[in-house]
Amino acid sequence: MERNIAHVALFAAMIAALGLVPQITLGFGVPITAQTLGVMLAGAVLGARRGAAAAGLFLLLVALGLPLLAGGRGGLGVFVSPTAGFALGFPVAAFATGLFVEHVRLRSAGLAAGLGAVFGGIVVLYILGAAGLAIVLDKSLAEAFTLVAVFIPGDLLKAGITGMLVQALARVRPQTLAWHRGAAGAGDLRL
Amino acid sequence: MISLTSPVETRAHRWPAGVKLGALCLASTGLFLTGSAAVHVAALLLVLALYAAPGRVFLQAGLRSLRVVLPFVAILLVWHAVTGELRAGALIVLRMVTLVALANLVTMTTGLGELVDLIRRLTAPLRRLGLPTHLLETAIPLVIRFTPVLVARAENLAEAWRARSRRRPGWRLILPLTLQALDDADHVGEALRARGGPLGPQ
Repeated sequence: MERNIAHVALFAAMIAALGLVPQITLGFGVPITAQTLGVMLAGAVLGARRGAAAAGLFLLLVALGLPLLAGGRGGLGVFVSPTAGFALGFPVAAFATGLFVEHVRLRSAGLAAGLGAVFGGIVVLYILGAAGLAIVLDKSLAEAFTLVAVFIPGDLLKAGITGMLVQALARVRPQTLAWHRGAAGAGDLRL
Repeated sequence: MISLTSPVETRAHRWPAGVKLGALCLASTGLFLTGSAAVHVAALLLVLALYAAPGRVFLQAGLRSLRVVLPFVAILLVWHAVTGELRAGALIVLRMVTLVALANLVTMTTGLGELVDLIRRLTAPLRRLGLPTHLLETAIPLVIRFTPVLVARAENLAEAWRARSRRRPGWRLILPLTLQALDDADHVGEALRARGGPLGPQ
Protein backbone atom coordinates (compact mmCIF):
# COMPACT_ATOMS: atom_id res chain seq x y z
CA MET A 1 0.00 0.00 0.00
CA GLU A 2 2.73 2.48 0.99
CA ARG A 3 4.73 1.30 -2.00
CA ASN A 4 1.75 1.83 -4.29
CA ILE A 5 1.35 5.42 -3.11
CA ALA A 6 5.06 6.04 -3.60
CA HIS A 7 5.00 4.56 -7.11
CA VAL A 8 1.90 6.51 -8.14
CA ALA A 9 3.46 9.73 -6.81
CA LEU A 10 6.74 8.88 -8.52
CA PHE A 11 5.16 8.46 -11.93
CA ALA A 12 3.07 11.60 -11.49
CA ALA A 13 6.39 13.38 -10.83
CA MET A 14 7.90 11.59 -13.84
CA ILE A 15 5.19 13.01 -16.11
CA ALA A 16 5.97 16.45 -14.67
CA ALA A 17 9.75 16.07 -14.96
CA LEU A 18 9.54 14.87 -18.57
CA GLY A 19 7.46 17.96 -19.35
CA LEU A 20 10.42 20.07 -18.22
CA VAL A 21 12.76 18.43 -20.73
CA PRO A 22 13.32 21.03 -23.46
CA GLN A 23 11.21 20.19 -26.49
CA ILE A 24 12.94 18.82 -29.57
CA THR A 25 11.91 19.63 -33.10
CA LEU A 26 11.28 16.85 -35.60
CA GLY A 27 12.75 17.00 -39.09
CA PHE A 28 9.72 18.73 -40.54
CA GLY A 29 9.44 21.46 -37.92
CA VAL A 30 6.97 19.98 -35.45
CA PRO A 31 7.97 20.47 -31.81
CA ILE A 32 7.46 17.48 -29.53
CA THR A 33 7.69 17.30 -25.77
CA ALA A 34 8.43 14.25 -23.67
CA GLN A 35 5.37 14.72 -21.45
CA THR A 36 3.16 12.08 -23.05
CA LEU A 37 6.09 9.67 -22.79
CA GLY A 38 5.53 9.92 -19.04
CA VAL A 39 1.84 9.15 -19.48
CA MET A 40 2.65 6.11 -21.65
CA LEU A 41 5.26 4.92 -19.14
CA ALA A 42 2.87 5.32 -16.21
CA GLY A 43 0.29 3.09 -17.89
CA ALA A 44 2.81 0.61 -19.27
CA VAL A 45 4.80 0.18 -16.04
CA LEU A 46 2.14 0.55 -13.34
CA GLY A 47 -0.85 -0.95 -15.16
CA ALA A 48 -4.31 0.49 -15.71
CA ARG A 49 -5.49 1.54 -12.27
CA ARG A 50 -2.26 2.86 -10.78
CA GLY A 51 -1.21 4.39 -14.11
CA ALA A 52 -4.48 6.31 -14.33
CA ALA A 53 -4.05 7.34 -10.70
CA ALA A 54 -0.58 8.73 -11.46
CA ALA A 55 -1.80 10.71 -14.48
CA GLY A 56 -4.84 11.90 -12.53
CA LEU A 57 -2.67 13.02 -9.64
CA PHE A 58 -0.47 14.94 -12.07
CA LEU A 59 -3.54 16.60 -13.54
CA LEU A 60 -4.82 17.53 -10.09
CA LEU A 61 -1.53 19.30 -9.36
CA VAL A 62 -1.80 21.17 -12.66
CA ALA A 63 -5.34 22.23 -11.73
CA LEU A 64 -4.05 23.42 -8.35
CA GLY A 65 -1.85 25.89 -10.20
CA LEU A 66 1.56 24.21 -10.42
CA PRO A 67 3.24 24.97 -13.77
CA LEU A 68 3.93 21.33 -14.64
CA LEU A 69 2.54 21.00 -18.16
CA ALA A 70 5.14 21.20 -20.94
CA GLY A 71 6.17 24.82 -21.47
CA GLY A 72 5.52 25.73 -17.83
CA ARG A 73 1.75 25.86 -18.20
CA GLY A 74 -0.69 25.09 -15.44
CA GLY A 75 -3.71 26.35 -13.59
CA LEU A 76 -7.38 26.13 -14.36
CA GLY A 77 -6.94 27.81 -17.76
CA VAL A 78 -5.53 24.54 -19.07
CA PHE A 79 -8.94 22.90 -18.72
CA VAL A 80 -10.77 25.40 -20.93
CA SER A 81 -7.98 25.89 -23.46
CA PRO A 82 -8.04 24.19 -26.90
CA THR A 83 -5.71 21.44 -25.65
CA ALA A 84 -7.96 20.58 -22.69
CA GLY A 85 -8.98 17.30 -24.32
CA PHE A 86 -5.38 16.12 -24.34
CA ALA A 87 -4.79 17.11 -20.72
CA LEU A 88 -8.02 15.51 -19.51
CA GLY A 89 -7.22 12.50 -21.68
CA PHE A 90 -3.95 11.75 -19.82
CA PRO A 91 -5.53 9.51 -17.13
CA VAL A 92 -7.71 7.77 -19.72
CA ALA A 93 -4.68 7.21 -21.96
CA ALA A 94 -2.65 5.77 -19.09
CA PHE A 95 -5.61 3.55 -18.15
CA ALA A 96 -6.01 2.31 -21.73
CA THR A 97 -2.27 1.63 -22.01
CA GLY A 98 -2.37 -0.32 -18.76
CA LEU A 99 -5.49 -2.22 -19.81
CA PHE A 100 -3.73 -3.24 -23.01
CA VAL A 101 -0.59 -4.56 -21.32
CA GLU A 102 -2.62 -6.34 -18.65
CA HIS A 103 -4.95 -8.16 -21.00
CA VAL A 104 -3.08 -8.67 -24.26
CA ARG A 105 -0.38 -11.15 -23.31
CA LEU A 106 2.58 -11.10 -25.64
CA ARG A 107 5.79 -12.98 -25.11
CA SER A 108 7.79 -9.76 -25.18
CA ALA A 109 6.90 -7.24 -22.47
CA GLY A 110 8.45 -4.48 -24.57
CA LEU A 111 6.25 -5.22 -27.57
CA ALA A 112 3.15 -5.29 -25.35
CA ALA A 113 4.15 -1.96 -23.80
CA GLY A 114 4.91 -0.37 -27.18
CA LEU A 115 1.61 -1.47 -28.68
CA GLY A 116 -0.19 -0.50 -25.49
CA ALA A 117 1.36 2.96 -25.72
CA VAL A 118 0.19 3.26 -29.33
CA PHE A 119 -3.32 2.24 -28.26
CA GLY A 120 -3.60 4.34 -25.10
CA GLY A 121 -1.17 7.19 -25.73
CA ILE A 122 -2.05 7.74 -29.39
CA VAL A 123 -5.41 6.23 -30.45
CA VAL A 124 -7.34 6.98 -27.24
CA LEU A 125 -5.52 10.22 -26.42
CA TYR A 126 -5.94 11.68 -29.91
CA ILE A 127 -9.66 10.86 -29.98
CA LEU A 128 -10.13 12.74 -26.70
CA GLY A 129 -7.73 15.51 -27.70
CA ALA A 130 -9.41 16.06 -31.06
CA ALA A 131 -12.82 16.02 -29.35
CA GLY A 132 -11.66 18.76 -26.94
CA LEU A 133 -10.20 20.79 -29.79
CA ALA A 134 -13.43 20.38 -31.78
CA ILE A 135 -15.53 21.66 -28.87
CA VAL A 136 -13.36 24.68 -27.99
CA LEU A 137 -12.64 25.73 -31.59
CA ASP A 138 -16.16 24.85 -32.78
CA LYS A 139 -14.94 22.58 -35.57
CA SER A 140 -15.90 19.09 -36.68
CA LEU A 141 -14.00 16.12 -35.25
CA ALA A 142 -12.34 15.40 -38.61
CA GLU A 143 -11.20 19.03 -38.99
CA ALA A 144 -9.83 19.05 -35.45
CA PHE A 145 -8.01 15.81 -36.14
CA THR A 146 -6.19 17.25 -39.17
CA LEU A 147 -4.83 20.01 -36.91
CA VAL A 148 -3.17 17.54 -34.54
CA ALA A 149 -2.20 14.77 -36.95
CA VAL A 150 1.29 16.31 -37.46
CA PHE A 151 2.17 15.34 -33.89
CA ILE A 152 1.53 11.62 -34.43
CA PRO A 153 5.04 10.74 -35.74
CA GLY A 154 6.56 12.17 -32.56
CA ASP A 155 4.18 10.14 -30.46
CA LEU A 156 4.98 6.96 -32.40
CA LEU A 157 8.61 7.63 -31.50
CA LYS A 158 7.62 7.93 -27.83
CA ALA A 159 5.64 4.69 -27.99
CA GLY A 160 8.76 3.01 -29.38
CA ILE A 161 10.85 4.41 -26.53
CA THR A 162 8.22 3.18 -24.04
CA GLY A 163 8.50 -0.30 -25.54
CA MET A 164 12.30 -0.32 -25.32
CA LEU A 165 12.30 0.97 -21.74
CA VAL A 166 9.75 -1.59 -20.57
CA GLN A 167 11.68 -4.34 -22.35
CA ALA A 168 14.80 -3.30 -20.43
CA LEU A 169 12.85 -2.99 -17.17
CA ALA A 170 11.44 -6.50 -17.62
CA ARG A 171 15.01 -7.77 -17.87
CA VAL A 172 16.71 -5.83 -15.06
CA ARG A 173 13.86 -5.08 -12.67
CA PRO A 174 10.99 -7.49 -13.39
CA GLN A 175 9.43 -7.05 -9.95
CA THR A 176 8.28 -3.57 -11.01
CA LEU A 177 6.05 -4.85 -13.79
CA ALA A 178 3.20 -6.42 -11.81
CA TRP A 179 1.27 -7.24 -14.98
CA HIS A 180 4.19 -9.12 -16.52
CA ARG A 181 4.85 -11.50 -13.65
CA GLY A 182 2.13 -14.10 -13.05
CA ALA A 183 0.50 -16.38 -15.56
CA ALA A 184 -2.30 -14.98 -17.70
CA GLY A 185 -5.62 -14.87 -15.86
CA ALA A 186 -8.92 -16.16 -17.18
CA GLY A 187 -10.26 -14.23 -20.12
CA ASP A 188 -6.88 -12.90 -21.20
CA LEU A 189 -5.92 -12.86 -24.80
CA ARG A 190 -2.86 -14.97 -25.42
CA LEU A 191 -0.87 -14.33 -28.56
CA MET B 1 8.34 24.63 -6.36
CA ILE B 2 6.72 27.80 -7.60
CA SER B 3 2.96 27.92 -7.97
CA LEU B 4 1.28 30.12 -10.56
CA THR B 5 -0.39 32.14 -7.80
CA SER B 6 0.45 35.82 -8.30
CA PRO B 7 2.72 37.36 -5.68
CA VAL B 8 0.87 40.65 -6.24
CA GLU B 9 -1.67 40.69 -3.42
CA THR B 10 -5.11 41.55 -4.83
CA ARG B 11 -8.48 41.89 -3.17
CA ALA B 12 -9.53 38.68 -4.92
CA HIS B 13 -6.86 36.75 -2.95
CA ARG B 14 -9.10 37.09 0.10
CA TRP B 15 -12.30 35.84 -1.56
CA PRO B 16 -13.24 32.23 -0.77
CA ALA B 17 -11.82 29.78 -3.34
CA GLY B 18 -15.15 27.99 -3.68
CA VAL B 19 -16.94 31.20 -4.70
CA LYS B 20 -14.31 32.00 -7.34
CA LEU B 21 -14.48 28.48 -8.75
CA GLY B 22 -18.29 28.55 -8.82
CA ALA B 23 -18.30 31.92 -10.59
CA LEU B 24 -15.79 30.57 -13.12
CA CYS B 25 -18.03 27.57 -13.87
CA LEU B 26 -21.11 29.80 -14.28
CA ALA B 27 -19.30 32.30 -16.53
CA SER B 28 -17.83 29.54 -18.72
CA THR B 29 -21.19 27.82 -19.16
CA GLY B 30 -22.86 31.15 -19.88
CA LEU B 31 -20.36 32.07 -22.60
CA PHE B 32 -20.84 28.69 -24.27
CA LEU B 33 -24.62 29.16 -24.26
CA THR B 34 -24.77 32.67 -25.73
CA GLY B 35 -24.02 33.50 -29.35
CA SER B 36 -24.23 37.26 -28.93
CA ALA B 37 -21.13 39.12 -30.05
CA ALA B 38 -21.88 42.05 -27.73
CA VAL B 39 -21.87 39.76 -24.67
CA HIS B 40 -18.56 38.19 -25.73
CA VAL B 41 -16.87 41.56 -26.28
CA ALA B 42 -18.24 42.84 -22.97
CA ALA B 43 -17.00 39.72 -21.17
CA LEU B 44 -13.50 40.06 -22.61
CA LEU B 45 -13.34 43.76 -21.71
CA LEU B 46 -14.54 42.96 -18.19
CA VAL B 47 -11.85 40.28 -17.76
CA LEU B 48 -9.18 42.65 -19.09
CA ALA B 49 -10.36 45.28 -16.62
CA LEU B 50 -10.03 42.71 -13.81
CA TYR B 51 -6.47 42.00 -14.96
CA ALA B 52 -5.60 45.69 -15.15
CA ALA B 53 -7.08 46.63 -11.77
CA PRO B 54 -4.25 45.29 -9.53
CA GLY B 55 -1.58 47.14 -11.52
CA ARG B 56 1.00 46.65 -14.27
CA VAL B 57 2.99 43.73 -12.85
CA PHE B 58 -0.17 41.66 -12.47
CA LEU B 59 -1.40 42.59 -15.96
CA GLN B 60 1.92 41.63 -17.56
CA ALA B 61 2.06 38.27 -15.76
CA GLY B 62 -1.53 37.59 -16.84
CA LEU B 63 -0.88 38.44 -20.48
CA ARG B 64 2.25 36.27 -20.45
CA SER B 65 0.26 33.21 -19.40
CA LEU B 66 -2.20 33.91 -22.21
CA ARG B 67 0.49 33.55 -24.87
CA VAL B 68 -0.15 29.80 -25.17
CA VAL B 69 -3.48 30.38 -26.92
CA LEU B 70 -1.93 32.65 -29.58
CA PRO B 71 -1.19 29.82 -32.07
CA PHE B 72 -4.84 28.77 -31.86
CA VAL B 73 -6.00 32.34 -32.39
CA ALA B 74 -3.86 32.48 -35.53
CA ILE B 75 -5.10 29.09 -36.81
CA LEU B 76 -8.74 30.03 -36.22
CA LEU B 77 -8.48 33.43 -37.91
CA VAL B 78 -6.69 32.00 -40.96
CA TRP B 79 -9.18 29.11 -41.13
CA HIS B 80 -12.20 31.38 -41.02
CA ALA B 81 -10.68 33.92 -43.37
CA VAL B 82 -10.29 31.10 -45.91
CA THR B 83 -13.83 29.80 -45.42
CA GLY B 84 -15.18 33.38 -45.42
CA GLU B 85 -16.87 33.20 -41.99
CA LEU B 86 -14.64 35.67 -40.20
CA ARG B 87 -17.45 36.81 -37.88
CA ALA B 88 -18.05 33.31 -36.54
CA GLY B 89 -14.28 32.84 -36.16
CA ALA B 90 -13.90 36.07 -34.24
CA LEU B 91 -16.64 34.95 -31.85
CA ILE B 92 -14.87 31.63 -31.16
CA VAL B 93 -11.56 33.45 -30.62
CA LEU B 94 -13.20 35.89 -28.21
CA ARG B 95 -14.80 33.08 -26.21
CA MET B 96 -11.61 31.02 -26.09
CA VAL B 97 -9.42 33.92 -24.92
CA THR B 98 -11.98 35.07 -22.34
CA LEU B 99 -12.43 31.58 -20.86
CA VAL B 100 -8.71 30.89 -20.56
CA ALA B 101 -8.06 34.37 -19.14
CA LEU B 102 -10.84 34.00 -16.58
CA ALA B 103 -9.63 30.56 -15.45
CA ASN B 104 -6.04 31.83 -15.19
CA LEU B 105 -7.34 34.70 -13.09
CA VAL B 106 -8.75 32.25 -10.52
CA THR B 107 -5.42 30.41 -10.44
CA MET B 108 -3.47 33.67 -10.05
CA THR B 109 -5.55 34.85 -7.12
CA THR B 110 -5.93 31.60 -5.17
CA GLY B 111 -3.16 30.08 -3.07
CA LEU B 112 -2.16 26.40 -3.24
CA GLY B 113 -3.21 25.79 0.36
CA GLU B 114 -6.70 27.17 -0.20
CA LEU B 115 -7.19 24.99 -3.27
CA VAL B 116 -6.01 21.89 -1.39
CA ASP B 117 -8.54 22.71 1.34
CA LEU B 118 -11.23 23.11 -1.31
CA ILE B 119 -10.33 19.72 -2.82
CA ARG B 120 -10.67 18.16 0.62
CA ARG B 121 -14.15 19.64 1.04
CA LEU B 122 -15.25 18.74 -2.50
CA THR B 123 -14.08 15.14 -2.13
CA ALA B 124 -15.83 14.68 1.24
CA PRO B 125 -18.88 12.98 -0.35
CA LEU B 126 -16.58 10.55 -2.19
CA ARG B 127 -14.85 9.79 1.09
CA ARG B 128 -18.19 8.87 2.62
CA LEU B 129 -18.75 6.47 -0.28
CA GLY B 130 -15.56 4.70 0.79
CA LEU B 131 -13.05 6.12 -1.71
CA PRO B 132 -9.66 6.65 -0.05
CA THR B 133 -9.41 10.34 -1.00
CA HIS B 134 -7.40 11.05 2.17
CA LEU B 135 -4.47 9.37 0.41
CA LEU B 136 -4.28 12.51 -1.76
CA GLU B 137 -2.98 14.41 1.25
CA THR B 138 0.01 12.08 1.34
CA ALA B 139 0.44 11.80 -2.42
CA ILE B 140 0.32 15.53 -3.35
CA PRO B 141 3.36 16.55 -1.23
CA LEU B 142 5.19 13.45 -2.47
CA VAL B 143 4.77 14.53 -6.11
CA ILE B 144 5.81 18.08 -5.30
CA ARG B 145 8.96 16.73 -3.63
CA PHE B 146 9.72 14.04 -6.24
CA THR B 147 9.60 16.36 -9.25
CA PRO B 148 12.69 18.48 -8.43
CA VAL B 149 14.50 15.33 -7.23
CA LEU B 150 13.89 13.67 -10.59
CA VAL B 151 15.00 16.78 -12.46
CA ALA B 152 18.21 16.92 -10.39
CA ARG B 153 18.85 13.21 -11.01
CA ALA B 154 18.34 13.69 -14.73
CA GLU B 155 20.83 16.59 -14.72
CA ASN B 156 23.38 14.44 -12.87
CA LEU B 157 23.00 11.66 -15.42
CA ALA B 158 23.31 14.11 -18.30
CA GLU B 159 26.51 15.53 -16.80
CA ALA B 160 27.95 12.04 -16.36
CA TRP B 161 27.09 11.31 -19.99
CA ARG B 162 28.64 14.54 -21.27
CA ALA B 163 31.82 13.82 -19.33
CA ARG B 164 32.21 10.61 -21.34
CA SER B 165 30.73 11.30 -24.76
CA ARG B 166 30.47 14.06 -27.30
CA ARG B 167 27.06 12.90 -28.52
CA ARG B 168 23.86 14.22 -26.99
CA PRO B 169 22.41 11.99 -24.26
CA GLY B 170 18.77 12.16 -25.40
CA TRP B 171 16.32 9.44 -24.44
CA ARG B 172 19.04 6.96 -23.37
CA LEU B 173 19.04 8.58 -19.94
CA ILE B 174 15.44 7.65 -19.26
CA LEU B 175 16.18 4.02 -18.35
CA PRO B 176 18.81 4.77 -15.67
CA LEU B 177 16.62 7.65 -14.48
CA THR B 178 13.61 5.33 -14.16
CA LEU B 179 15.67 2.68 -12.35
CA GLN B 180 17.06 5.19 -9.85
CA ALA B 181 13.63 6.71 -9.35
CA LEU B 182 12.00 3.31 -8.77
CA ASP B 183 14.61 2.57 -6.09
CA ASP B 184 13.86 5.97 -4.54
CA ALA B 185 10.15 5.22 -4.60
CA ASP B 186 10.69 1.86 -2.88
CA HIS B 187 12.72 3.59 -0.16
CA VAL B 188 10.02 6.23 0.28
CA GLY B 189 7.40 3.48 0.50
CA GLU B 190 9.39 1.73 3.22
CA ALA B 191 9.97 5.01 5.04
CA LEU B 192 6.24 5.76 4.94
CA ARG B 193 5.49 2.31 6.31
CA ALA B 194 8.07 2.67 9.08
CA ARG B 195 6.40 5.92 10.13
CA GLY B 196 2.93 4.43 10.42
CA GLY B 197 1.70 4.65 6.83
CA PRO B 198 -0.01 7.49 4.98
CA LEU B 199 -2.09 10.14 6.76
CA GLY B 200 -5.32 8.56 7.93
CA PRO B 201 -8.82 9.92 7.36
CA GLN B 202 -9.58 12.59 9.93
